[in-house]
This record gives sequence, structure tokens and C-alpha cells, in this order.
Amino acid sequence: MKAVATIALLASAMLAGCGAKHEETPHRAPSAPVLISAPGQIDPMRRGVPIDADATPPAMARVENFDRIRPVNYEMQPPTIPHSIDNYQLTRNTNRCMLCHTRSNAQTFLAPPVSPAHYATRDGKILEEISPRRYFCVQCHVVQTDAQPLIANRYEGLNTTIPEGGVR
Amino acid sequence: MIGRRLRAIPGRIRSRIAPFWTTLWRPSLHFSLGFLTLGGFIAGIVFWGGFNTAMEATNTEAFCTSCHEMKSNVFAELKTTIHYNNRSGVRAICSDCHVPHDWTDKMARKMQASKEVWGKIFGSIDTREKFLDNRLELAKHEWARLKANDSLECRNCHQYDSMDLTRQAPRAAQIHQLYLGTGEKTCIDCHKGIAHQLPDMRGIPQG
Repeated sequence: MKAVATIALLASAMLAGCGAKHEETPHRAPSAPVLISAPGQIDPMRRGVPIDADATPPAMARVENFDRIRPVNYEMQPPTIPHSIDNYQLTRNTNRCMLCHTRSNAQTFLAPPVSPAHYATRDGKILEEISPRRYFCVQCHVVQTDAQPLIANRYEGLNTTIPEGGVR
Repeated sequence: MIGRRLRAIPGRIRSRIAPFWTTLWRPSLHFSLGFLTLGGFIAGIVFWGGFNTAMEATNTEAFCTSCHEMKSNVFAELKTTIHYNNRSGVRAICSDCHVPHDWTDKMARKMQASKEVWGKIFGSIDTREKFLDNRLELAKHEWARLKANDSLECRNCHQYDSMDLTRQAPRAAQIHQLYLGTGEKTCIDCHKGIAHQLPDMRGIPQG
């Protein structure tokens, strides 16, 4: 009887030991962007979480759906999409973006039409419909979410890249 | 000879029918008037109820997806859309959009659906390839139906008068007000392919 009790005690102690061994403090990644040059950073995309530890992921970001056209940050930047595009079909069969943004429908739907450049093939031929090379809108135009950038960025737009005092 | 036989046919039919006719029109010998009236009433409830129950059974999702044509094509596609999966968990089943809710319209649609039984028996869309080949034509039928009844099945749930435009995205509110509110357009004009994938849309007027 005594032997059984001892074994049981030993077993429970071992189990408890196992539990303690696997317990780890969860690593919460900071939500603010991290500087690449921050000390101890190996991979800034991990935001300071050690490489052998699991990070608690930040909350899922939401797509901004305000329909307010955002300014572009540099010349020739494809404008970002100011609305959600959930389940808008963009397949070989159909391009639902063009329901509103095609030249002929833009007026009807009060949407900005795609620029004339989108109707030109690479040989410079102007087509009636959108050129096949511009067909997949989301290759260049993307929605924006309320997520924090992973890495801090000092770029402030086109004007900051031009030296003070104008063009040389 | 043949002419005389032909002329005899109505007479023969009449002689066959005559006993049933007299039975039908003679007052009942064995059953009371009460039994016949009440019995007729109860039988009416049973048969009418049975008919409607059977009709409703063909309106369920389980019935529609019992055919692999529906289950692995259109139903599989529905699952990724907002009419199956959304924040509030209210969802539409096949018949909500594809069968009218009013009785007479429903009967008319059910009679049309006998064509679909024909298609099932002869396997007109029993492979993915056949289905994709026919998808444009099938879709056109549904667009035409919804256009003709002013998107009745959409409006069974989505009523313009109950739409809070201030809670819609600005572009949605604006366009709904301009075209739905004035009755110039109907739901299906713009909202094609909201619950299933679209066929090749080249040459199809949209918006």
C-alpha cells in the first residue's frame, strides 16, 4: 500500500515537472513599427520577438472602406483602392472592377475612370476595352488596411526626395 | 366499315363511363351526409397538406444539393460568398433566391423545374466541363427571370425602404439612391454573380 502511494506521488511530481517545462511566457509583438536599426534586431519583421519563440499575432486588420481618394506618394504611383473589394470577381471570365471604372460606365457610377494608358497594348495600339496587360487591377492597385506598418519608414513622399532648393 | 367502328367509339366509351357517372350523381345509400362532408373536409386537409409538404420538401437545401451537379458546382461556390458566410449568421438557401415565395408563382416555377429533372435524367450538366459550357445560358435564364420580376427574390429580404443609406459605404448609398431609389434599375442589373461565379461576361450588358 505504501509502495503504491509512493509511486503515485512520484508520477504526479514528474507530470508536474513536465508541465512546468513546457510553460513559456507568450511574446507579444509591439503594435508600433520597429526601426530596422533598433538594437538586437535580427529580423525586424518579427518586431523583437526571439526567433525561437512564437509571437502573439496582432489583431487582424480591417480594410478601409471610406471612398475617399488618397493622395499618391510619388509620381506614377498606382492609386490605392479607397474601398473594400471583398468577393469582387476578377477572373478570366469577368472583371467586376470595370463594371464601374470602365470609361463608358464611370460617369454612370460616379467612379474615376481608368487612365487612357490602360487601353494601350505594349505595341501602342489603343483598344476599345482594357488592355490585357492591365486586366488584373489588383496587381498594381491594392486596398489599404488600418494595420500598423511592420517596419518604421522615414520616406515622407516625393517632395522629400527632391533636394532643398529645387531641381538641379 | 372503319367509319362505322369509329362512330361506335363514343358510344362504347359512354357505356364504360356510365356506371361511374350514375354512382357519382346518385344520393349516397350507405354514408350519411355528415360523414361525407366531414370526411371530405379531413381528406382535403390531408391531401392538400401532403401536397404542400412534398412541395416544400423540394424547396430545401438538402434536396437541391442531393444532386452532385448542384452540390459540387453552385453550392460549393455559394459557400465563399456573403449569402452563406457573414457576420450575423443569417444566410440564404437555394430556394430563397431561385424560387418565388408566392404560391402561384412558385407553382409556375416548379413546373418549369421539370426541365431540370429532364436535364438530371439525361445528364446535361453531369460533369464540370459540361456545366461550365452551359453556365452562360443557365445564368442568362436567371438574369432574365430576376429582371422580369423586378428582382423579387432579392427584395423578399432586401427592401429599399428599410435600407439605412447612412450605414452603407458612401459609393453604395449614392448609387442605390440614384438608380434603385428612382426605380430606374433593379438589383440584378448591377449585382450579377454575387452568390456564384460568373461565366464569360464578354458582350453581356452590365450596370
